[in-house]
Amino acid sequence: MTSEERASSRENLQQPGRLGEGTVATAGPTAVQKPKVSEGRRSERKLAWMLCAPAAVVMVVVTIYPIVYSILLSFQRYDLRFPNQKAWIGLANYGAVLTNSFWWHAFAVTMIITVVSVAIELVLGMALALVMHRTLIGRGTIRTLALIPYGIVTVVAAFSWQYAWTPGTGYLAQLLPAGSAPLTQQAQAIAIIILAEIWKTTPFMALLLMAGLAIVPDELQKAAAMDGASTWQRFTRVTLPLMKPAILVALLFRVLDAVRVYDNIYILTNGANGTSSLSIITYHNLIGGLNLGIGSTMSVLMFITVVIIAAIFIKGFGTAAPGSDNQGRR
Amino acid sequence: MAITARQRSGWTVANIIVALYVLIPVVWILSLSLKDPSTFTDGHYFPRKFTFENYVNIFKVGGFGRPLINSIGIGLISTLIAIVIGTFAAYAIARLEFPGKRLMLGGSLLIAMFPQVSLVTPLFQIERSLGLFNTWIGLIIPYITFTLPLTIYTLSAFLREIPWELEKAAKMDGATPFQAFRQVIAPLAMPGVVTTAILAFILCWNDFLFAISLTSSNSARTAPAAIAFFTGASQFEDPTGSISAAAIVITIPIIIFVLIFQRRIVSGLTSGAVKG
Repeated sequence: MTSEERASSRENLQQPGRLGEGTVATAGPTAVQKPKVSEGRRSERKLAWMLCAPAAVVMVVVTIYPIVYSILLSFQRYDLRFPNQKAWIGLANYGAVLTNSFWWHAFAVTMIITVVSVAIELVLGMALALVMHRTLIGRGTIRTLALIPYGIVTVVAAFSWQYAWTPGTGYLAQLLPAGSAPLTQQAQAIAIIILAEIWKTTPFMALLLMAGLAIVPDELQKAAAMDGASTWQRFTRVTLPLMKPAILVALLFRVLDAVRVYDNIYILTNGANGTSSLSIITYHNLIGGLNLGIGSTMSVLMFITVVIIAAIFIKGFGTAAPGSDNQGRR
Repeated sequence: MAITARQRSGWTVANIIVALYVLIPVVWILSLSLKDPSTFTDGHYFPRKFTFENYVNIFKVGGFGRPLINSIGIGLISTLIAIVIGTFAAYAIARLEFPGKRLMLGGSLLIAMFPQVSLVTPLFQIERSLGLFNTWIGLIIPYITFTLPLTIYTLSAFLREIPWELEKAAKMDGATPFQAFRQVIAPLAMPGVVTTAILAFILCWNDFLFAISLTSSNSARTAPAAIAFFTGASQFEDPTGSISAAAIVITIPIIIFVLIFQRRIVSGLTSGAVKG
């Protein structure tokens, strides 16, 4: 079956009422076919819901329920060290967090890490995607290599960077002037965290961008070349515009991933010297501070941040948003 | 197409840059793991004095065997369950028309992007009251949840590529929709299922946040969390060697997966995420 036929059969499924009118030739006599189709459709629906039910139940129970619980906790004073003082205190936790300079500091650090690392990853990822897509020699080897940072455990990579920058031990620390300990300096530590993030996630970005490169037709490139466009012009005028959906998806995935940056910071600095991200201070309020009220408030605020960022992106997507009906169909 | 000498040298340089980019940090941690403890602070990139002592120590003294078993067991069980229920949902999304499909896809996307730390506080509290804290199940449950979106997206992309007419033919021969799924589509879908399983396993294998938040001892702590807790205890004056050796141990399965399944992983990652 060609893709066109497939699309038309899908259309038929979506408009069962018109099956008889529109496709008499293939559907056979209207009077006989109509009730049969709707019966089949009902069982199809039922099957679909049954098949989706386990996944939906797990996802709802493990996320929606804790979110609601989290929201409830955020309106309470609830510190595990002082369980007797548990009480409903309205929005006081939100006031406490939002007027706290540590929160806003972590917010700023998170945003800096996100913006800088994703921006550099986009450029490096595009370069890597072009190499993986176009290289004439050793394409398999390069793709295999590029998957290593994607697959490697973040904690492992973080330790590699930590030791690399540890004075006396590391090969990179040796390049610095004697006596410098970059992981104890705020700006330098943040730069190293960004480096670790970029190293680990550029290949993932590149793979998503490579999928976008693959859908740019070669004929268009050739036509542009005939018209005298330079390589750079072809890239910016032909390839990039056609890749816009792929770029937006890659950016969305990476931005929302970078906002929750945790593993790298935990290993590299554990948030010392003003390098905490939102995830790190939320975590410290829970495990270190055992303050469920404040921890939950931070969780909710972080969730809101992510929703806002996602909403901005989805608006940028228009109809090409993943999860919309057009996703996955060409 | 003939490759000119200029193209060859250009791509060779590009490939070497990529290889260096990838390998420098990985080879560095391998070097550290093979360095004799007395030479950790010599600052050399490659070891001057080789030893396997670090590897022996993590298992003999550091008790790394248990976290490794936890990681493998929890990862495999989570992957298996996520694949089974994810396949059901992906089949429905790829093949059937039903109200709520958009909600299902949108909902899973939302969960994939959810800040996991937001779940740590409530899950910590809920699991403590249910007695699931510091157990395998306590980690398996969140892992299933966070691998499901990936499973559903990747698998439904794979399932769309399978020819529809076979399923129709089976139904015409009198098979019920479930029989058509089990006997016709499932065998065709196996390559996609394997790919998705690898990606899901890597995701579980990688997790650190849940692993350190929802465990308190080696009875459920997974390998990445255990590595972070290696300290300079009496036997381990300096944890550098143990951490590096343990890091290499948990990197080996990833390297093996990547070497064997490179093509599949690439197609899985690209087909699941971008086709808009």
